[in-house]
Amino acid sequence: MLRLEPRPQPSAALAALAPVAALVLTVLLGAALFAALGRDPLDALRLFFLEPLRSGYALSELAVKAVPLALIALGLAVCFRANVWNIGAEGQFVAGAVCAGGVALQAGPATGGWIVLPILLAAILGGMLWAALVALLRDRFGASEILVSLMLVYVAIQGLDWLVHGPWKDPQGYNFPQTAGFAPGTRIPRLVAGWRLDLGAPLAVAAAAAVWLLMSRSFAGFRLQVGGLAPDAARYAGFSARGALWTALLLSGGLAGLAGGLEAAGPLGQLTPHLPVGYGFAAIIVAFVGRLHPFGVVAAALLMSLLYIGGELAQSRIGLPKSLTGVFQGLLLFALLACDTLLQYRVRRARPGAA
Amino acid sequence: MNELALLVAATLNGGTVLALAGLGLLLNERAGIVNLGAEGMMLVAALAGFAAAHATGSDAAGFAAGALAGAALAALFGALVIGLHTDQYATGLALSLFGAGLSAFAGVDYTARTLPPRPRFALPGLAELPWLGPALFRQHPLVYASIALAAGLAWFLLRTRAGLVLRAVGESPESAHALGLPVRRIRLAAVTAGGALCGLAGAYLSLVYTPLWVEGMTAGRGWIALALTTFATWRPARVLLGAYLFGGVTMLQFHLQGRGVELPSQLLSALPYLATIVVLVLISRSPAWIRANMPAALGKPFVPGA
Repeated sequence: MLRLEPRPQPSAALAALAPVAALVLTVLLGAALFAALGRDPLDALRLFFLEPLRSGYALSELAVKAVPLALIALGLAVCFRANVWNIGAEGQFVAGAVCAGGVALQAGPATGGWIVLPILLAAILGGMLWAALVALLRDRFGASEILVSLMLVYVAIQGLDWLVHGPWKDPQGYNFPQTAGFAPGTRIPRLVAGWRLDLGAPLAVAAAAAVWLLMSRSFAGFRLQVGGLAPDAARYAGFSARGALWTALLLSGGLAGLAGGLEAAGPLGQLTPHLPVGYGFAAIIVAFVGRLHPFGVVAAALLMSLLYIGGELAQSRIGLPKSLTGVFQGLLLFALLACDTLLQYRVRRARPGAA
Repeated sequence: MNELALLVAATLNGGTVLALAGLGLLLNERAGIVNLGAEGMMLVAALAGFAAAHATGSDAAGFAAGALAGAALAALFGALVIGLHTDQYATGLALSLFGAGLSAFAGVDYTARTLPPRPRFALPGLAELPWLGPALFRQHPLVYASIALAAGLAWFLLRTRAGLVLRAVGESPESAHALGLPVRRIRLAAVTAGGALCGLAGAYLSLVYTPLWVEGMTAGRGWIALALTTFATWRPARVLLGAYLFGGVTMLQFHLQGRGVELPSQLLSALPYLATIVVLVLISRSPAWIRANMPAALGKPFVPGA
């Protein structure tokens, strides 16, 4: 019989190693899956993991997808550290995009680039509002934030669907369910001509730095984490659990909303029912793979973006469904959770006769 | 059938999906394990059930495949949570995300397929009764089985020794362990059985309720089933009641649309989710009542000897 025995001291090096081990495990499982599907595993893995890194443009596309993932996951990392289970970031993302879209649709052809600022502020407020509903119901009535935040995802998606089928439908849109294209002034400024990479990238990096300052260098961040790790100790120290709940949810809602606004006014340039593509759910994995640490989250977001682009390539080049990405994402989180334990515990052969 | 009978029939039909999954999750939670992976298990099971029924032409094979798929995924979850002490919430989320991805990936070839029409089941004699006869007695056998299951589960949990042991494991795994009960094996068994029920629910969805396979077709039902266990304060009969309530709300949207009520269809589609939030808020207002009924060790890991 094998048994698990806790290591006397959880090693920091091993904790950082777990995501790498998980990635290796995922790649191996992926290779097995490709082989089972009758594809050359090496060829498919090259397509998935190397092809998206081949050129400057490819790398910029990688960053474009990583931006929303990183922004959302940064907020989720704060939530999870505070033991607040916000799993409805997808809804907050949609709410942010809708609010951003509401402002962007007011812009005319002559509107200047200043409009981007109100668009992004509206996006942040929209995401915060959607998350505030969760905080309110949790705080006031004790309703589970897991279920409320998740249910609100479906409500937000239906809301978006209603807007683009109804009041906000483009009258010149050949009856397609979508808003009119936003005016040129609303476009999030791009960093390099010819690339889609825009202001979102520096914003995401700044957000990572800000979250790092909050969590590692501020008393407020310390209180949040104590509340998550040891609620009794936090109560004894007089740290407010309600404060932590509201802070974590408003922060993550705001960041998810910002991501939604950047997506709507950036790569999309209009609102359509295809806006939500699951970034809010993938960001949960990003947060865990990034060890709930802001800089880890940025690295994990790039990795997850790689999986998205790899999935698209697998579809266009070798005719495998794009949803392969979802399989890899799930495998990655499973592998990480398993590796975590195996690195925190020692596997020991149980002595005969021991329970 | 008259209008009321149609509504009742549809409510029973829609409620059964939630009832089966809710009862499975209740079994998990009575043993102290929260499985947030219900949505993923139901999706994979819906696909497995549909594919098996499509290949064999037999519904029974479909249901068996669905239950088996649910049980297999639940066993994976159990191995991680119980064997490797991973976080229950994170692992359950991983299962939900993995299930959604896996079923979307493996189900691509099944999206356009249909199942051959099958004869409708009817309880002889009773189905011809006027008024509600057809609504109540012309349902799929699993509808009646789920009612029997709720009764059986209540009896098992409250009246049998094995049920007492299961509840003890959910209330205080340490004490149960001290008594020499194999806590982890019991938890794994409960999780696997719960997964099989979630799998049946998924298969019911793709074989009876729609009957089609569509990516993401559970549309949050796994999560609503999770909410149901809390609403029901972990009582099987109340899970059943809640399931029909939500089945009814879901059906109300078609009913209202059919009557020409001028409401955006999206608002009606959002109704079940809004209703879940409202009921959750109403129920959660008395935390003492919930706490009194909640298995004391719910969601807490058990590490023997720690």
